[in-house]
Amino acid sequence: MELDRIRNFSIIAHIDHGKSTLADRILELTETVTGREMRAQVLDTMELERERGITIKAQAVRVTWKGHELNLIDTPGHVDFTYEVSRSLQACEGALLVVDAAQGTEAQTVANAYLAIENDLEIVPVVNKIDLPQADPVAAAAEIAELVGEDPERVLRISAKTGEGVAEVLDALVERIPSPTGDPGASPRALVFDSSYDQYRGVVAFVRVVDGSFSAREPLRAMAQGTRFESEEVGFFSPTMRAAEALGAGEVGYVITGLKDVSRLRVGDTLTSERNPAGEPLPGYKDVKPMVFAGLFPTDSDDYPDLRDALEKLKLNDAALFYEPETSQALGFGFRCGFLGLLHMEIVRERLEREFDLDLIVTAPNVAYRVLTKAGEEVEVHNPAEMPREVERVEEPYIKASIIVPKDFVGPVMELNTERRGRFDHMEYLSEERVLLVYELPLAEIVLDYYDQLKSRTRGYASFDYDVIGFREGKLERVDVLIAGEPVDALSLIVHRDGAYARGRALVDRLREEIPRQFFDVAVQAAIGSRVIARETIKAKRKDVLAKCYGGDITRKRKLLERQKAGKKRMKQVGAVEVPQEAFLAVLNLDGGKR
Amino acid sequence: MSGCGDVRHLYIHLPFCASRCGYCDFVTVVGRSGQHGAYVDALLAELELERGVLAPRLESLFLGGGTPTLTGPRELERLLRALPPADEVTVEANPETVTPELAALLRDCGVTRVSLGAQSFQPRLLSVLDRRAGPDDVRQAVYALRDANFDNVSLDLIYGIPGQSASDLDADLSQALALEPEHLSCYELEAKPGTRFTHAHGAELARQAEAMESYFERVVARLTGAGFRWYETANFCRQPSLADGRDLRSRHNLAYWRGRDYLGLGIGAVSTIDGRRWRTTPRLGRYLAALRAGQGPEREVEPLAERVRRSERVLLGLRLDEPLQLAGLAEAVDADAVNRLERLGLVQRGEAGDALALTERGRFLGGGVTAELLA
Repeated sequence: MELDRIRNFSIIAHIDHGKSTLADRILELTETVTGREMRAQVLDTMELERERGITIKAQAVRVTWKGHELNLIDTPGHVDFTYEVSRSLQACEGALLVVDAAQGTEAQTVANAYLAIENDLEIVPVVNKIDLPQADPVAAAAEIAELVGEDPERVLRISAKTGEGVAEVLDALVERIPSPTGDPGASPRALVFDSSYDQYRGVVAFVRVVDGSFSAREPLRAMAQGTRFESEEVGFFSPTMRAAEALGAGEVGYVITGLKDVSRLRVGDTLTSERNPAGEPLPGYKDVKPMVFAGLFPTDSDDYPDLRDALEKLKLNDAALFYEPETSQALGFGFRCGFLGLLHMEIVRERLEREFDLDLIVTAPNVAYRVLTKAGEEVEVHNPAEMPREVERVEEPYIKASIIVPKDFVGPVMELNTERRGRFDHMEYLSEERVLLVYELPLAEIVLDYYDQLKSRTRGYASFDYDVIGFREGKLERVDVLIAGEPVDALSLIVHRDGAYARGRALVDRLREEIPRQFFDVAVQAAIGSRVIARETIKAKRKDVLAKCYGGDITRKRKLLERQKAGKKRMKQVGAVEVPQEAFLAVLNLDGGKR
Repeated sequence: MSGCGDVRHLYIHLPFCASRCGYCDFVTVVGRSGQHGAYVDALLAELELERGVLAPRLESLFLGGGTPTLTGPRELERLLRALPPADEVTVEANPETVTPELAALLRDCGVTRVSLGAQSFQPRLLSVLDRRAGPDDVRQAVYALRDANFDNVSLDLIYGIPGQSASDLDADLSQALALEPEHLSCYELEAKPGTRFTHAHGAELARQAEAMESYFERVVARLTGAGFRWYETANFCRQPSLADGRDLRSRHNLAYWRGRDYLGLGIGAVSTIDGRRWRTTPRLGRYLAALRAGQGPEREVEPLAERVRRSERVLLGLRLDEPLQLAGLAEAVDADAVNRLERLGLVQRGEAGDALALTERGRFLGGGVTAELLA
């Protein structure tokens, strides 16, 4: 296809603002699928995606409209996947920015719109759901026009549900979005904007060809990682896989690589031909680093091998997922897992539980820290227990948070952000009613219950999104928990100096309630280094006897003791103290932490 | 009369009670006074079936219940006279049933020891326990027994009764001691799940648990201070120096704690002989019918593996104040746990390492300590 007949675009929308419905209508209108094949949200394949209404993995679909080849690149909708979103956007020249006529702009839309603008994409603003009785298309159009610096008159007003205005959207795509640039004669280069693992075919790379062309049975190389393979097949989705002879400059499609592991072909890498290699890769490749870490442990330690296998399988399709074995005094064998963000963590956890039927303990998440030790060594710490006690400097990841709320809730949101060590950046009125607040916050302050707090303090009205903006030094302390003088690795945490006392106190109180009384007094302490900041004593038991034991009681008493003995075996030993797993869970468990 | 086996301890269960106390979970039968005679017939028939296991002379015979002394006097006498002789013959009695006549009858029938279910000396607490006797009944019963020349009287006390304050407990102990019993059994009230009592008082007991935590220590301190030997977790007897040199420990119960074989007759009674334990059916009708037909009653049998028997020897032996001889029991004990508990001052090893005993504090924590010690 001639370059000037190709349009590559994606759809940016908040969850539930109608992205998938609009995609479905486009497929219908362009006769890419027949009515009979049509099922709602054809692009979302995974069960989980359908249920949560979230698109986890991008896919690209080719449609034709009035002699043009349109490639719809479906982007993941959440900030955790910002890098993937940015790669998907890089594969496009334009984007449909879809806003719900009743809801107006959401924080997520703002973040992704900015991302699109940064990528020099032509934005085609669309107000959707104009058929809803509570729709206010004029206000929504004004908001979105303001956001992207566009004339409100040029904002398209549609109903993806009824199909009204969708043809005009396709026309606008052709008219407004520039055709791709690229050199069909140059050495081939293609951007990998996503990949997927298929049990039978291995890694399938989703690519946007920039220069030259790619065909099957061709030795290829991923330039950043250096991975070499032979393309087994090239083609495109329409909406199912269709093999093609070649993918030319400007086109979007897939390459079946035969690779057995998605981590060998990372998103953002550039494919080139081994026979005619390009000199320079495409710009922007980044090795995405997980920012949020948590321990995943099987509830039943016998399930450890199953958990390992499950993580291996997930990793095949999720290059951003990181895991390494972790042994916890308290929870036994498990894995320290790294995620792009909280949603990513939730998705992984749900998939492990649902698709692999595992019963998991997920510890409260923490962020990645960059530490300069006294010895002058720089280390990245993913687990509070690994934080060196003697440090020169600790840096923690910061985010830029965009929060959109009705103006009445500005006060509570500011209050929350201040509590969470937030630094006010700026505030904008998106409309008379709605305000965009931008704050810089330590990521650590949002990983626990920030979102819940935000929702409850704004009666559910706030929308929130964030972007990691880098690492900054913080007054961070490692708080250790000691039970009878023994530090408990699993319970260490890293907190800001100002919150250390309160967190230490809360931990100690909680443990005192959860640890059963022993044969001796047990001190439970929270300490920073050698300085104890909170202490409680669990008083020794004074009696523990079976009152009566005569001829008719022996069997029952023996069974009682056997049960007691078995109970002791399930306890975790911290020094001489027996701590039930439940006590650790109460403190460590993600859900427990939220309470 | 004599058998040719070597079981020297015989327990007879007499289940009849005037009413059922809320906290009790023993096998009891309320009313049915018309069946006392038939029950004694059945007991004697069962004895004939089992006589082969008994030694020619018994060390101990124990009539427990229920309320053995509620059994009609004529039937009780018939039973006592038909039972094989023993060095120690104990009968459990509720205070209100002990008249001078009954005391004389028991004495006359060879009973050497009477265990009185006093439980408390405070009407308010006795009524919480559903006990029929009042404090005066207890005193009257003791006097009647003394008048009949009983020189071995034991009182049962219960502590940790809902609403019982520490001074209530002290008062109970004082009043019991004032009666100069040779022996005392002091049990913490157990609110057993599913009993009427737990239903009524469980929540209150849970609330008082912390306040009552010290009661066990209080009981032990008071009784040992008064010259009693704390010879078993819940049992105390006058020191020999205060009892003309007599060893007043219950010989029958010592047999249980030392892991001896015993035969139990009657409904719900348990026997342990040669590595087998069995419980006779608790159903009166079936029991009577079987024995009337000349057959043994239904039993629930539990074979005791060697390993289980060793564990039991440890758990029972450690209830006593004498060191447990470890010969043959080493496998039942977790050596690491012994070391740990020794460091905590809860157990002591004999000098040659061949015996094990709980320290005083270890005895207060005997249940948990034993659970930890068992391999």
